[in-house]
Amino acid sequence: MQKRLLMPEQLPQDRIKNFNEVALGYTEDQAVAEAKRCLQCKKAPCMPGCPVEVDIPGFIKRVAGRKFPEALDILRKKNNLPAICGRVCPQETQCEIVCTLKKKGEPVAIGRLERFAADWGRTHSSPITHNQSSNTRLKPLAAVIGAGPAGLTCAGDLAKTGWDVTIFESLHAPGGVLRYGIPEFRMPRDVLDYEIKYVENLGAEIKPNIIVGRTVTIDELFATGYKAIFIGTGAGFPYFLGIPGENYNGVYSANEFLTRANLMKAYKFPEYDTPLRIGKKVAVVGAGNVAMDSARVARRLGAEKVCIIYRRSRSEMPARAEEIHHAEEEGIELDLLTLPIEIIGDDKGWVKQVKCLKMRLGEPDDSGRRRPVKIDGSEYLEDIDTIVIAIGQGPNPLLLSQTPGLKLNKRGNIIVDDITGETSLEGVYAGGDIVTGAATVIEAMGAGKRVARAINEKHG
Amino acid sequence: MYKILNVKQLSEEIKSMVISAPEIAKKAKPGQFIVLRIDENGERIPLTINDFDAKTGSITIIFQEVGKTTRKLGMLKKGDSLIDVAGPLGHPGKVEKLGTVVCIGGGVGVAVVYPEVRALKEIGNTVISIIGARNRDMVILEDKMREISDELHVTTDDGSYGRKGVVTDPLKEILMKKKADLVIAIGPIIMMKFVCLMTKEFDVPTIVNLNPIMVDGTGMCGSCRVTVGDETKFACVDGPEFNGHLVDFDELTNRNARFLNEEKEPCRCKKDS
Repeated sequence: MQKRLLMPEQLPQDRIKNFNEVALGYTEDQAVAEAKRCLQCKKAPCMPGCPVEVDIPGFIKRVAGRKFPEALDILRKKNNLPAICGRVCPQETQCEIVCTLKKKGEPVAIGRLERFAADWGRTHSSPITHNQSSNTRLKPLAAVIGAGPAGLTCAGDLAKTGWDVTIFESLHAPGGVLRYGIPEFRMPRDVLDYEIKYVENLGAEIKPNIIVGRTVTIDELFATGYKAIFIGTGAGFPYFLGIPGENYNGVYSANEFLTRANLMKAYKFPEYDTPLRIGKKVAVVGAGNVAMDSARVARRLGAEKVCIIYRRSRSEMPARAEEIHHAEEEGIELDLLTLPIEIIGDDKGWVKQVKCLKMRLGEPDDSGRRRPVKIDGSEYLEDIDTIVIAIGQGPNPLLLSQTPGLKLNKRGNIIVDDITGETSLEGVYAGGDIVTGAATVIEAMGAGKRVARAINEKHG
Repeated sequence: MYKILNVKQLSEEIKSMVISAPEIAKKAKPGQFIVLRIDENGERIPLTINDFDAKTGSITIIFQEVGKTTRKLGMLKKGDSLIDVAGPLGHPGKVEKLGTVVCIGGGVGVAVVYPEVRALKEIGNTVISIIGARNRDMVILEDKMREISDELHVTTDDGSYGRKGVVTDPLKEILMKKKADLVIAIGPIIMMKFVCLMTKEFDVPTIVNLNPIMVDGTGMCGSCRVTVGDETKFACVDGPEFNGHLVDFDELTNRNARFLNEEKEPCRCKKDS
């Protein structure tokens, strides 16, 4: 069986000096060759693996036949943001894991092909505008709170089905985690801008700088005529370790670190005004995708040594294999089975050391992963001057605390109906990380899609 | 874009700016702040709302030109625009009828305390105000403060105006003479720290309004975390007002010095060019 085609990448020694995209994408010939590996299975086991229901064999068939615009049309029918999904979806645990080819060898590179088709469209044509409904009746108003993956998807789908949609975004630029969290070397900003423009072209209006809960409340939105409201505010509240010394200078939440670098472009300081001070030795606590992103940003900002500190072992690391691989190629060290217990500062309040304990793996815990157990007497000090805490994010309480009657679970996430996404408030829906806790871009998009359908059925 | 409707120089380093922001003007309450960005390359900075007028759809900010963004802001004129203004953010200050309230504004902090003084007075409190400044030039809003206060004291560090000394001098005399139900102190960290040390001695509840370094201002980044009692709080969403007796001011001083070196650099470039 033919092997799946590798995607060209910037070499590690080059890319650690820039913020340009690491993965360079297939050429047309490479994409066609990879697409031809697809068996075009009748039952298409890949499709149920896709949270936004993309016709995977359909679009791959068009790529194989060099009908790239048709391939993109098929993608766009279900997915408003294919260039984004092609880059950040964990295909290896979704569509590709169930690919028939996987049983005997390597699955079709569905994600890379999706990325190829979307990129082809962006570089070969102006944004495709879907036929706006010719119906001149007054469209019902929908409000979407948060211009991240869930909100953009929900808004795009609502616009497609004839809603007049406004997206309220608290930051000055739309994209949510795609803009403040995911670095440019994984998600180039021209790609992101183009995908968002596409959603706007569908008819969704984006209003930045509106903090729903403060600038305007949900009740006020209903009073001004909105029929349905979707909350897609994500998981934007950073968790800290709760160990001594966490407020020393040089300790960042991953959110702060990445927001400064990505949204505010601190890596172009002083051309851009936002600073991001980084030391020679950087430790990132946590081992998810956000931790990998933080470590790789630190490397690009010139840190000599960057290490990931993680209390479990390699096989429990939640980051995608590809991200870990890229990080290691860039010289990021992994301090596994290591638990930070105290941050030590100098007399000016700056971090100078971190005190750690070594761990070993014990019996499996509730998550099914082997529980890390402290090894007595294994304490040691590590010299460090910057620490990034990347151990997860929770729901931001700002909107939730200003919306009486909205039922939350004990973690502070919104409780919704499993099928419709409706909350305890009539006409108010929610989806994405604000409901599930921090998960993936594509799962948030899937939720946005399901809610758009439910809203249209009930209120359309 | 958010149009600048007026700019007034209050002292050599302090300016007031009226900005068109109807949605914020409609919702703003004393003690709340905005986050603004001047231009496409700009950083996001928090500034407390000094005044707001729902009818004209405008808000007023008063700022001291100390960092690179406030200096850039100071170069803007009436008719210019800001690219982003978001708010109102933070919890509003609690306005309750308590009896006698001592309101202290240090430096540009007078601009922050002013709307709270007005609200506290309107609800029927006796308000004793203290303005502290480095020198005569830095005393701002004296007339406006006098108008809404039952009593006003002014101190300057160098004695060039009012009484020579610091705000805790008149504060001590006031607290020795009569019972105050609340003290509100807004100004430099060092001032708030010493006010709180004193009011603790006199056992008077004290509110401070903190202005740590923020990025988003909505609880997302944690840049503004501050230790209050045994807990870490985010000033943007948990504050910006806190029980001053519980705030770790020394930590806040350190944290606000995080980017001092970076603050200097681009500004030098701008002034040189």
